[in-house]
Amino acid sequence: MALDVAVEVFQNEYLPEGAADVDAIVTVTTTGTAAEAVGAGAAEVVIVDTSGSMRYPPTKLAAARTATAAAVDALRDGVSFAVVAGTDTARVVYPRTRGLVVADARTRAEAKRAVGVLQADGGTAMGRWLTLADELFAGFGDGPRHAILLTDGVNQHESPRRLTEVLERVAGRFTCDCRGVGTDWQVAELRRIAEALLGTVDIVADPDGLVEDFRSMAAAAMGKAVADVSLRLWTPQGAQVRFVKQVSPGLRDLTGRRVESGPRTGDYPTGAWGGGESRDYHVGVRVRPAAVGDRMLASRVSLVGPSGEVLGQGRVLAEWTDDSALSTRISTEVAHYTGQAELAEAIQEGLEARKAGDVGRATAKLGRAVRLAHESGNTDTAKLLARVVDVEDAGTGTVRLRARVADADEMTLDTRSTVTKRVGKG
Amino acid sequence: MTMESCPECASPVASQDRFCEACGRNLRVQRTPVGGPGAQWPPMCACGGEEFDADGFCEQCGRARPSARDRVEFVLPGVAGVSDRGRRRQRNEDSMAFGRVRGRGVAAVVCDGVASSERAEQASQQAVDTAADVLLTGLQSGMDAEALTTDAVVAANEAVGRLARPEAAEVAPSCTFVSAVVTDGSATVGWVGDSRAYLVAEAGAARLTTDDTWAAQLVAEGVLTEEEALTDRRAHVLSRWLGADSGVDAPQTVTFKVETPGLLVLCSDGLWNYVPEPEDLLEVLPRGVPPVEVARELVDVALKAGGHDNITVVVVQLRGGHGA
Repeated sequence: MALDVAVEVFQNEYLPEGAADVDAIVTVTTTGTAAEAVGAGAAEVVIVDTSGSMRYPPTKLAAARTATAAAVDALRDGVSFAVVAGTDTARVVYPRTRGLVVADARTRAEAKRAVGVLQADGGTAMGRWLTLADELFAGFGDGPRHAILLTDGVNQHESPRRLTEVLERVAGRFTCDCRGVGTDWQVAELRRIAEALLGTVDIVADPDGLVEDFRSMAAAAMGKAVADVSLRLWTPQGAQVRFVKQVSPGLRDLTGRRVESGPRTGDYPTGAWGGGESRDYHVGVRVRPAAVGDRMLASRVSLVGPSGEVLGQGRVLAEWTDDSALSTRISTEVAHYTGQAELAEAIQEGLEARKAGDVGRATAKLGRAVRLAHESGNTDTAKLLARVVDVEDAGTGTVRLRARVADADEMTLDTRSTVTKRVGKG
Repeated sequence: MTMESCPECASPVASQDRFCEACGRNLRVQRTPVGGPGAQWPPMCACGGEEFDADGFCEQCGRARPSARDRVEFVLPGVAGVSDRGRRRQRNEDSMAFGRVRGRGVAAVVCDGVASSERAEQASQQAVDTAADVLLTGLQSGMDAEALTTDAVVAANEAVGRLARPEAAEVAPSCTFVSAVVTDGSATVGWVGDSRAYLVAEAGAARLTTDDTWAAQLVAEGVLTEEEALTDRRAHVLSRWLGADSGVDAPQTVTFKVETPGLLVLCSDGLWNYVPEPEDLLEVLPRGVPPVEVARELVDVALKAGGHDNITVVVVQLRGGHGA
């Protein structure tokens, strides 16, 4: 099923003499409704943490059961699925047969029954959970493969290196959205998994919030039409790709994910796409400067499907000029997302400093974050910041660290630091 | 009987033939092709790459395919020209056209598209082609050179005027104009705007044109001194030009006898900005080489000095009483 893809490039292509760095925001927008987009099936695996800690408070496991049932209910007929329970090992809760099962009224009901009697006991080894999900997906064909991973704890029963190995092996085979329930899990750990598997990470501080979240994740996964889509960058000889980042929705650095796909051409994975999606990417290229008056194609940016078919294409240009009125023009889009990336960095560094007891650095970083959030109109992040610091003046970034901060507030700020505000396109 | 070959079909022709027996081409007139150097793209990018994408970017180094206009050279017996984009401009908006009528003389035109007008390169190309047609036709019938030059300017002005879009009158395509008609023993130069003509002979050099610029006008009226004018920001603001909004009905002209051998140099301001005074030009002008070498060398001087604008130089050999 083909998606209609539009690729737009926002930049100031004019460079002063000798300049080499070209920056552009590439907006990729798809059209086509989800219903008509999904032809081939999709596959969904829900992974529920059933380690011993899920018993306390008891509402946690109950909420996880209900949420998993809601996700199962959201699966359309024909979708292949399974439910995995994760402890220091991993087992398939449903189906009883090998591999995935096709969703229909009967299998959905059976799955919910199996989920309803889940008990919690044992440890946490997320690499094993993901390995089992990978084995389940292996028998499935070409459509989008998506997992939901719910945990409440730390990956205690395997080494970080083991998890890294698993992530390297399974990356690109399925995407995975991660959710942490309660406040005993580690933001950095789940973020690492979500980034490797091109998914989102979020905190569900209150178990009651899980149901709606699971339902919407499953629904979003159902809306995907094409899996394994990449952003392909052609750059001229002698050029370097400084970075490729998704900047909306959410920050995700793809720079290290490049796979060479031809001369001067590399692919960066973007996961699965549905109809009616729009994502922004910040592309930074360093070219060999040409002479004033020369014009150069700094990058050809394409969205390519799983078999390399080009779905849409845009051009990042460079033109050298001695007219400083042109070369000093600021691209609103580039400036906005550069600011959002700085905002995320300031929050993460500020929270780290706060944990380390470095009050001066924490105050400076979080103050800067408050100012950036204020200037860019990122009110969601500004609100989260205000629970961690007392804001005296948002415009100048004058703040004081709060003496008492709820764990949930701090983790929420950390987790959502990478959520960007979309640029207002003029 | 001298044997030559037809420039059109390469069949052998005699030097006194008026038309080619094989293809019927007028052998009396040789000229630059109408429309400029034609649509032959340079096959290669500056980096040596030979493949370009659909938008004309080099598949190797990414640079835009050089335009055929970026560097143009054309050579005829006794007259040659070089036009270059320079080092700073994105396009070459200068144009040149020239031709030779056997037994009659040479006509040459240089126009500089006004950068602040739209489609300036189209304006200058249209102007040189139209003017060269008028001048070469007139040369064949032996018309008075000054009247001919006025006809050429009027025709070129109309042709450029037709390029204008009524809804964008303030940026109507515009250009300057300088021409030369060189016949046996005399030469006529006509101009509108700030493209110039210089005469270079053994005895020295002279500028033949006066710029149609606000600054030059103020100097003439005694409002500014020559030095003040050079640094004035209006130094290059044209007071006369060709185009829909020009109001020009005649060029300024000057006619002089050609008694000694020498060179007539027509150029855009991309050259004369670097060698404004006749002595400056004389200093960098190579001696004892054919016109095309002179033109190349002068363009090179401007490029080495920075090449801030498009540079066009047409050089006509003056034989001094021995016929052109």
